[in-house]
Amino acid sequence: MRVRLSAEILRNELVRKVEEISGEDLLKCYQCGKCAAGCPAAFAMDMLPSQVIRFAQLGLVEEVLNSETPWFCAACQTCYARCPKGVDLSRIMEAIREIVLQERGDYIDLSTLSPDDLAEFPQQAFIASFRKYTA
Amino acid sequence: MKISYFPGCTLNTTAKGFDNSLRASARVLGVELAELPEWNCCGATFPLLADNVLDLAGPARVLVAARETGERLAVACTTCYNVLRRTNLAISADGDKREKLNFFIEAEYKGDLRVLDILQVLRDEVGFDRIAQMVKKPLTGLKAAAYYGCMVLRPAAEVAYDDPEDPRALDELLIALGAETVDYPHKGECCGAYLAVKSAEATAEMTYTILSSAQKNGAQLIVANCPLCQFNLDKQQVEMGRRHAGYQPIPIFYFAQLLGVALGLETDDFGWEKHYIDPQPILALVRS
Repeated sequence: MRVRLSAEILRNELVRKVEEISGEDLLKCYQCGKCAAGCPAAFAMDMLPSQVIRFAQLGLVEEVLNSETPWFCAACQTCYARCPKGVDLSRIMEAIREIVLQERGDYIDLSTLSPDDLAEFPQQAFIASFRKYTA
Repeated sequence: MKISYFPGCTLNTTAKGFDNSLRASARVLGVELAELPEWNCCGATFPLLADNVLDLAGPARVLVAARETGERLAVACTTCYNVLRRTNLAISADGDKREKLNFFIEAEYKGDLRVLDILQVLRDEVGFDRIAQMVKKPLTGLKAAAYYGCMVLRPAAEVAYDDPEDPRALDELLIALGAETVDYPHKGECCGAYLAVKSAEATAEMTYTILSSAQKNGAQLIVANCPLCQFNLDKQQVEMGRRHAGYQPIPIFYFAQLLGVALGLETDDFGWEKHYIDPQPILALVRS
């Protein structure tokens, strides 16, 4: 994939939005990959956690907004604990989810949960997932 | 000793056994857990947006109610602990948030409550030595894997009361109860938490990592401190054999259940029937 770099692209609208919403500096990341190496959910993601930042830095907005990766982040903050630059990636994932939820509405349809799941899941699982996955 | 107590939504419903075993054990240990007269849900996950003031209003109400009863709040569910503690820090450290929150919830709260995980209270105020002296049925011979999860470890600067890379509090409690604990590298690895609602497959793999790691290091049981970790680690095993041939299930306890057992308490209301993997064979080892 050919990507043209410029100061404008590096400070693209997605980067500025994510920084505003998350309070994190995306350009701090120098792609060491420790977040991706330590992420316990990385195996399920279509883009590594570090790649989400890289794609955003390169202005590949649609790729980031269409990625499943932010939805697999459980905010365990292992990435933040290990980041040598102190970037709290879980906050960046939250900001991306927020942007997608605002644009496209709910990510999960609560009516599709099975009666068994409704009966068995602890309350906190529902409350937390509604807060992460619905607009 | 009397301390204000926040059980949280899950301990009031699906994890009633955690609540019952904790209250019964605390009573014997001379700790009066005084449930807050009025409390609401903490929100179940700490809001991570820079502007999270509205989402902090719920947990802030709990803190205000708790401060009216004293200077400390003991929290049983570690997720609630994480949310309440971080909310408290946000209020004490950020003047702008403090002002807005107080305006929203009509309070004058400064963030001067001490939010404590109940295990921290047992360690620092009751003392594991004292607990060891009160054990009637030691967990001798049991090899337990203490599982800490995320909520008491990260972000370390805000919530950790232990070494976040090598936590010991739960291990030390179990040793005080007479058990052996195993060392294994995944004691602070995420179980998937609320991801279980979106993806059972991902949660199955995340829990398998933890469960198999504990077992490879010799554990006969795993001991949890969070109702959602307990649920994920327990329930995911029901079908684990389908994905991982030859997988042998392992029971998942709350530390408070084992504390009550070791103190020789009546355990009928400890919620054993809620377990997916039968805890009775392990309990029989203690009772024999």
